Amino acid sequence: MTASQIIFLIVAVLAIGSAIAVVTAQNLIRAALWLIAVFFWVAGIFGMLNADFIAVTQVMLYIGGIAVLILFAVMLTRKVMHEPGSRYNDNLWLSALLAVLVLAGILAVVLPVAWPTLQTADVSGNVRALGLAFVDKNQYLLPFEIASILLIAALVGAVAIALPTKEQL
Amino acid sequence: MNEVTVIIIDAAIKAAVMALVLLTGFAYMTYAERKVIAGIQVRRGPNRIGPLGLLQPAADGVKLFLKEDMMPTGADKLMFNLAPIITSIPALVIMAVIPVAPDWIVNGYTVRFVVADLNVGVLYLLAIGSIAVYGIVLAGWASDSKYSMMGGLRSTAQVISYELAFGLSMVGPMLLAQSMSLRDIVHAQEARGIWFMFLQPIGFLLFFITGLAELNRAPFDMPEAEQELTAGYFTEYSSMRFGMFFMAEYIKMIAVSGMVVTLYMGGYLGPFVNQFPPLGIAYFSAKVFFLLFTMIWIRGTLPRLRYDQLMSFGWKFALPVAMLNVLATAIVLVYVM
Repeated sequence: MTASQIIFLIVAVLAIGSAIAVVTAQNLIRAALWLIAVFFWVAGIFGMLNADFIAVTQVMLYIGGIAVLILFAVMLTRKVMHEPGSRYNDNLWLSALLAVLVLAGILAVVLPVAWPTLQTADVSGNVRALGLAFVDKNQYLLPFEIASILLIAALVGAVAIALPTKEQL
Repeated sequence: MNEVTVIIIDAAIKAAVMALVLLTGFAYMTYAERKVIAGIQVRRGPNRIGPLGLLQPAADGVKLFLKEDMMPTGADKLMFNLAPIITSIPALVIMAVIPVAPDWIVNGYTVRFVVADLNVGVLYLLAIGSIAVYGIVLAGWASDSKYSMMGGLRSTAQVISYELAFGLSMVGPMLLAQSMSLRDIVHAQEARGIWFMFLQPIGFLLFFITGLAELNRAPFDMPEAEQELTAGYFTEYSSMRFGMFFMAEYIKMIAVSGMVVTLYMGGYLGPFVNQFPPLGIAYFSAKVFFLLFTMIWIRGTLPRLRYDQLMSFGWKFALPVAMLNVLATAIVLVYVM
């Protein structure tokens, strides 16, 4: 095995271990922190693929943005630290069945495909290429714009929900 | 020695030097701050320990080490211990992508005065900066204290609100330099023969102001609002754990000054810097010192903003102006130049 394979294995094991810890942690804050660890290791895998733009973006958006908001919301519920309560409810077996079905579905899609192996790509100026691909109408212009509209709609929706109604004012 | 060993040793030396400089810088920033503030208030400031009080930082350090280390009974022990570490590590590593002098060729070996030259350096600054907020969140939450909790919530809200305008005001230099590498941004300022602070005055001012807010510095220093919050998110911390928060704050001041200098004030550029590259370190430091002095000066002269004023400034003024600035810069670059 080469050095990069060994590092990849370590990072992958850490990522999966952290992901398991997210769902098994008793404490909500600990779970959120393990989730951050998962994001971090995934960023490491991106980095190993020479995709440093995606790695840094992963850290910035997922760790610096999304996970902060999760933690921020959890912080308002300090009680969870003292009384974790049972993590299971009546739908335990139903959700287990669903999880197995979803896993089977993913495996059915993933396994038959002959995935290309990793090759060293030319990554000089990959940020510029990425940026140009987003605004090229033959490449990703349409998906990019649709995603933008979706995000703006979500933003407007969030503001509309948060706005106080006339009675509350 | 093979090439990989050379690279590793080279990076290790640079990282060690940077950490040492930053830690010394922290110690003397506390001294400088007290001296300058004292000057503004017509006092003498620290003057008993060593000549001109120059050994005051050492005395402060010893005092911090000898203090009793306390932890609130209801605290989450792991998180309480982790919070100061999570705060200080980003502060120490954020400077890694900032070049402090041009490349210097000595005996055929090129010395690069930057720990790691990333081609997405600007994003690295933002990403590392955004990790620092976890220290605040965790400290506030883990302390099991109302003051820490309120202080933590406020500081977190402040930092994540200002992060948007802070990030957007980095876009101006990026567009002008057509690159996200900090070296390229400095080179672009050299090629144009003008610092970006003159081409992007609005971006420069916004970057500096929102940088102060990111640092929790005056006039945005909510944790220092004793009347309302005692000491904010680090109320329950004492001894060296408090020292680490303190250290992170001052090192981040240096880091943000370094960012402003690199993006807007020509980085290491100055007369004869290409003939003798180590001169760049002097120019870079001089510019950083000027900004640090300005930060202390602002603390000495401006009153603190109220919390609601701070939030409405961030969301209703800084963010829209930063967005318009990006839009205007892009339009000028594409259609005029």
